Amino acid sequence: MWRLAERQRDFAEALLDPALPVPAGLIGPDGEPSQKRFAVYRNNVVAGLTETLMAAFPAVCRIVGVDFFRAMARAYIVLEPPRSPILLVYGAGFPDFIDGFEPVATLPYLSGVARIERAWTEAYHSPEAAPLEPAALRAVKADQLPRVSFVLHPSVRVVRSPLPSLTIWRMNVDDGIPAPVDLAGGGEDALVVRPAAEVEVRAMPPAGAEFLNALAPGKSVVEATKTAMTADNRFDLSANLAGLISAGVFVGYTFAEEAGSRKSRRRA
Amino acid sequence: MIPHRAGVGLKARHYRTIVEGAPDIGFFEVHAENYMGPGGPPHRYLEEIRQRYPLSLHGVGLSIGADQPLDKDHLRRLKHLCDRYTPSLFSEHLAWSTHGASFFDDLLPVPYTAETLARVVGAIDEVQDTLGRQMLLENPSTYLAFEESIFSEVDFIAEVVRRTGCGLLLDVNNVHVSSTNQDWDPIAYIDAYPLTHVKEIHLAGHATEADDKERPLLIDTHDRPVDDLVWGLFEHAIESLGPAPTLIEWDADVPVWSILKAEADRAEAIMFAARGRGGRHVAAG
Repeated sequence: MWRLAERQRDFAEALLDPALPVPAGLIGPDGEPSQKRFAVYRNNVVAGLTETLMAAFPAVCRIVGVDFFRAMARAYIVLEPPRSPILLVYGAGFPDFIDGFEPVATLPYLSGVARIERAWTEAYHSPEAAPLEPAALRAVKADQLPRVSFVLHPSVRVVRSPLPSLTIWRMNVDDGIPAPVDLAGGGEDALVVRPAAEVEVRAMPPAGAEFLNALAPGKSVVEATKTAMTADNRFDLSANLAGLISAGVFVGYTFAEEAGSRKSRRRA
Repeated sequence: MIPHRAGVGLKARHYRTIVEGAPDIGFFEVHAENYMGPGGPPHRYLEEIRQRYPLSLHGVGLSIGADQPLDKDHLRRLKHLCDRYTPSLFSEHLAWSTHGASFFDDLLPVPYTAETLARVVGAIDEVQDTLGRQMLLENPSTYLAFEESIFSEVDFIAEVVRRTGCGLLLDVNNVHVSSTNQDWDPIAYIDAYPLTHVKEIHLAGHATEADDKERPLLIDTHDRPVDDLVWGLFEHAIESLGPAPTLIEWDADVPVWSILKAEADRAEAIMFAARGRGGRHVAAG
């Protein structure tokens, strides 16, 4: 007599490992075991998750082709099956998996494209928050600006790539048309944010990523500027701030007083 | 309160059509797990659509047939959705989809044994206690049988209803798929089913394959129109049951709105014709 625990353990193991035999006692209407009947479940699991990944990584799929994507997805699914019934979050490890997937070693920008798509999905489902209106910052006097710390919109993601992954992503979504890209042309940083209903993806200016990554944990404008200037002395503070505000990246700000003193907090 | 009319599964590709066109349809049903993100367009649209239409919440990931405790976080998320969107109906499957921490994106079958019965009854009790409402249990599509099963599927489901007081979601396509795959008589299945507890019906399309011995093996794909044999079985169920909230499930290769709506209209026409012949009214959910 099968116990339910053993039954489900064996069923679960055989689902994701086609090399394992079909567990005994799973039968067709004639009472005989059936490979094809169990195969329906094996196929369903992989096919369903493959569709989930295909919907979440459309540009990666377009670049490698549907058949190749299915094979790559299967390898990932077996390695990292979902740990949650909420499939909106499935695929977080897919970009890293692509980095180590030998057959795509000739496409070094592919994981960067996947990271942009992953950030897009995260931004799409992130919590709602109202971005600061540009007018809200008029209350900040010029001499106060260095001490401002910003509160970022929860959807904000910065995706850095040593290759032109953003350009390649754009060519492979919506009505994009693939064209030759100079891979030696330098890296690209992408800002992904959903200030309202639509996810927006923008190219970041030089050292913009360093600047925003410094602001994210609460560093003041002056500290973040130092970090950005160290990374690239072409950094332009006012252009960066204007760009981030217009993109809806900030939802509030505080004034950082001298160390140890009270922070006052302003929200939109 | 959900009307005894036809509804459809709410799909992202139809959000704008529904919000802008305000089509005349009985209700919408959503997969609970698709609305478990913190925010974003899915919630923005569902808020708007919920204000105008009755809603049914359909879980696909609770895994009440698994031989392990229910995922408490998942139950809390379901409770949160019930509180936020106040659906008229909540349903889940007689199936399992989790083992340990792994989630298999499929509705896996359970053996119909006393041990499974105790497990499922305990899980449904916990769901109904946590949500503070009745849940509807859906009969599965199955592709194989377990040699240790001692109950028929209908007897198993009837016993679950008797012990938990849950309601039922009768998936007529699943009756057809399982009956073909298991060599059962689908009419006898429906005639033996505890129809007085049915508060919702599902209709969907399926694919036809073959098993190792070239017997038909139907797959519950939800990717095409409802089969004529399933429409016939629906008519038979409605004759006994009377009109009931009836959902067209179309989850893959989702068609344009007009095609989906036409399927719902067809279900309603069958229900109204049956009402004309004096079918019994189902107790409202």
